Amino acid sequence: MRFSFDGKEITAEPGQSVGAALIAAGYRSWRTTRHGGAPRGVFCGIGVCFDCLVVVNGRPNERACLTEARPGDDVRSQEGAGRGDLTC
Amino acid sequence: MTSPVESAYDLAVLGAGPAGLAAAVTAARAGARVALVDAGDRVGGQYWRHREGDDGTGHHHWQTLVRLRGSLPQLDFLARHAVWHVERTGDGSGFTLHTDHGEVRARTLVVATGAYDRQLPFPGWTLPGVFTAGGAQALLKGHGVRAGSRVVVGGTGPFLLPVAAGLARAGADVAGVFEAGSPAGFARSPLAVLGSPAKLAEGVGYLKTFAQKRIPYRTRTAVVAAHGDEEVRSVTVASLDRDWRIVAGSEREIACDTVAVGYGFTPQLEIPLQLGCETRLGADGSLIAVADHQQRATVPGVYLAGEVCGVGGAELSLVEGELAGLHAALTTVGAEPDRGVVTRLLRRRESARAFAGAMHAAHPVRPGWLTWLDAPTLLCRCEEVSVGTVRDTIADLGATDARTVKLLARPGMGLCQGRVCGYATACLTAAEQGRAPTAADLAGLAARPIAQPVRLGDLADG
Repeated sequence: MRFSFDGKEITAEPGQSVGAALIAAGYRSWRTTRHGGAPRGVFCGIGVCFDCLVVVNGRPNERACLTEARPGDDVRSQEGAGRGDLTC
Repeated sequence: MTSPVESAYDLAVLGAGPAGLAAAVTAARAGARVALVDAGDRVGGQYWRHREGDDGTGHHHWQTLVRLRGSLPQLDFLARHAVWHVERTGDGSGFTLHTDHGEVRARTLVVATGAYDRQLPFPGWTLPGVFTAGGAQALLKGHGVRAGSRVVVGGTGPFLLPVAAGLARAGADVAGVFEAGSPAGFARSPLAVLGSPAKLAEGVGYLKTFAQKRIPYRTRTAVVAAHGDEEVRSVTVASLDRDWRIVAGSEREIACDTVAVGYGFTPQLEIPLQLGCETRLGADGSLIAVADHQQRATVPGVYLAGEVCGVGGAELSLVEGELAGLHAALTTVGAEPDRGVVTRLLRRRESARAFAGAMHAAHPVRPGWLTWLDAPTLLCRCEEVSVGTVRDTIADLGATDARTVKLLARPGMGLCQGRVCGYATACLTAAEQGRAPTAADLAGLAARPIAQPVRLGDLADG
């Protein structure tokens, strides 16, 4: 099963989260923080910390650790609040 | 809201881990109409986290899950329902659960929402590659993914053992397990606090893995800093004195690409707090909800089971779940529980609680961890609030309690709503006043009127 991450093809096993598949593919971070612009990836892995936020099919602020990877998903890294179109 | 309001159940169980699953199945078998509500796709919670088709390899008590799961047809399992608010119905006859898939109504509740890793911040803990111990475990058990290649495991408590052993068995190079505590006996053998025969065998298995893989296991030693630019490249570990201050000159750097760290657990209490249930400080220093011998909370109609009433592990959760289910069925459909069964459950609960208490007493978090922090260390990961900012807020603005610190400096105001930094903020604020954190300090950072992020439209509708 495959989805795309920032335009690159990622392979995931059925039932795997987007975050798990990204880690398996060698990625450690896919978000930058709102204030410091610091890189973040999975921390708690169970939906508690909201560190692993990612844009899935245009929807920002999805938790990569909870979002199940689906074939053909367009996953993108997230900068800041993930709302480049708005002023936050 | 996307779906119509469900008609009232006798019982709604929040959380489908060991405690909630046991409660739901027990009450359903006793004749109650039960909804089991969980945000996840399948039952099992964090303890039995698994994927579809998993055969249970590497899981404990897997047959218990299989047996409980076999009773699911007797109840409604509402998967992928994230509960963001629970309130008493207007006529007082029960409760309304607001979920991201509509409302659920029930006459009684069992709250079995479990716990997550308790974190102590340290310099560099926000670097990618630093995971909670539970996070590393969830990646492995739930997704079949190793968090990294060369892993340092640190923190306190027996949970570090299965995490390190699991990673090693999955092929990770575990550079060391660093237990900050040094409980009597534990220094010589971690088996001393594992107590029961089953847990002893479990512990022997982990230690065998450590011996085979030549994994160093050190007590009174902690991961006190992580280093790297874009991701973690190494950690500093140091020996600790009895108050967990760093022993000067004991620091050494260990190269790694991954850190898994946890200092016990924090129960998920937003629903009991929303309902006004009484809480107190547990034996491990976390905030817990108060339950009586029938697992009743201090609010009528609300039962509690598992880690929410004190972290004690899966076996205790199963017992408390069964007790809660039996009494909820008695209250709602008049099903008289077998007295012999209740007596046996209470006895098992007592011994499991005593064991958990001994375990907590052997793994206290000591206040010296605050000396590991430097001013730029982030206390709140979400709002990026530094330790220095919080200290200034206390010193310059006169904030004396954690709630005021939160309002002035914003730790705990981000998306996680203080779940990750709540304990640390309470500890830091209390320490600046020269005291230990109280239940009120922790409760001030644990109250969340909305337990999960929701769309504004849902709020407007609900």
